[in-house]
Amino acid sequence: MQPEDFDFFARLLKERSGLVLTKDKGYLVENRLQPLVRQRRLRSITELIGGLRSGDDTLVESAVDAMMAKDTGFFRDWNPFQHFRNVVLPSIRVARKAKRAFRVLCAGASTGQEAYSIAMILHEAEADLRGWQVEVLGIDLSQAAITTAMSAVYSQFDVQRGLPIRTLLKNFQKEDDNWRLSEVIRTRVSFKAWNLLDDLFPLGRFDVVLCRNVLPYFDMPTKFATLQKLSRVMADDAVLYAGVEEPLAGVSSNFQAMDDNLGIHIVQRPDLGKIKSLAAAG
Amino acid sequence: MKRCLIVDDSRIIRRVASKIFFELGFEPDEVENDRKALEAVRINMPAVAMVDWDMPVLDGLAFIEELRKLPGGDSPIVIFCTAENEVHHIERALAAGADEYIMKPFDSEIVRSKLTILGALD
Repeated sequence: MQPEDFDFFARLLKERSGLVLTKDKGYLVENRLQPLVRQRRLRSITELIGGLRSGDDTLVESAVDAMMAKDTGFFRDWNPFQHFRNVVLPSIRVARKAKRAFRVLCAGASTGQEAYSIAMILHEAEADLRGWQVEVLGIDLSQAAITTAMSAVYSQFDVQRGLPIRTLLKNFQKEDDNWRLSEVIRTRVSFKAWNLLDDLFPLGRFDVVLCRNVLPYFDMPTKFATLQKLSRVMADDAVLYAGVEEPLAGVSSNFQAMDDNLGIHIVQRPDLGKIKSLAAAG
Repeated sequence: MKRCLIVDDSRIIRRVASKIFFELGFEPDEVENDRKALEAVRINMPAVAMVDWDMPVLDGLAFIEELRKLPGGDSPIVIFCTAENEVHHIERALAAGADEYIMKPFDSEIVRSKLTILGALD
């Protein structure tokens, strides 16, 4: 890949997605864009970059999409989800008992496994949440990922990454070689193609935000800006799950770490609400 | 180091599984059929056993049932690992006493995530 092509593409990618490519990532760009070259029947990466330079919008979208990491899994890292089930959810039930409503955002939802993991936990807690309005929203830049998420059909490989076998049997139906998530879980989650770099206010306000394995792809100013934006759409006592081993200290003063190992943070404002003290006690 | 017993009649699968478990911090031990597996667990109960379904002597279900009757036979985490991927197969294995179930083909990420769920990783 020509250095000027790489520089052009790195700039375009950063502008559109926040994703930062260091100079040594030429091989990664070529690997990820090669399928697109074939699909569009182009002769080379150079020709593809030429198309991007000419401002072909659908091509730009596809190229940015191709660069997004899509590795995810159900209950990824396991322990943060146990924490949500055992600590945060009971705290929310107390803190929101007047309103009987709360909202969860999965930022960088990819193909939906994370949002559906939350939905499965909520479904299990259904008896305690009767009469509650609970919304789970997954957003991702990649329209392709969102389309997969909405289909809620996963390969045998996908359903074995992180799903306990009994949870699989309970919540999925086998369809040929794939597994289809049950309607009762699927309909608990909505998905939107949405860029984290864009305004988040139209999405409304959230009580829990998961933004895991997203920030490490950004440079420092983009991380800072993203965390600031997230904090502004979060309730005063809302909880943020960053990824495990993604400390935010020194990145943003909008959040205070509760548990860096689990990636759990609380919005940092003078008027901290109830969840913090309850969660600390739990 | 925690011990892990891999029971499979395919040498390739045993090799692959052993390597994965070793990298996850286990001391893997391999046998090619359930009779040898029963001898092995009588001498030394492993922390984890990964067991194939279709094997020449006894089958995997019979092995689990025998294992669970042994003194201390409740303690090992048993993961069934088989190409059988129908719901009724999975239900039978769980009823026989398996803790988890892996459908072949598998990779290290699948094994790692199953062990994490079971709390078997340090």
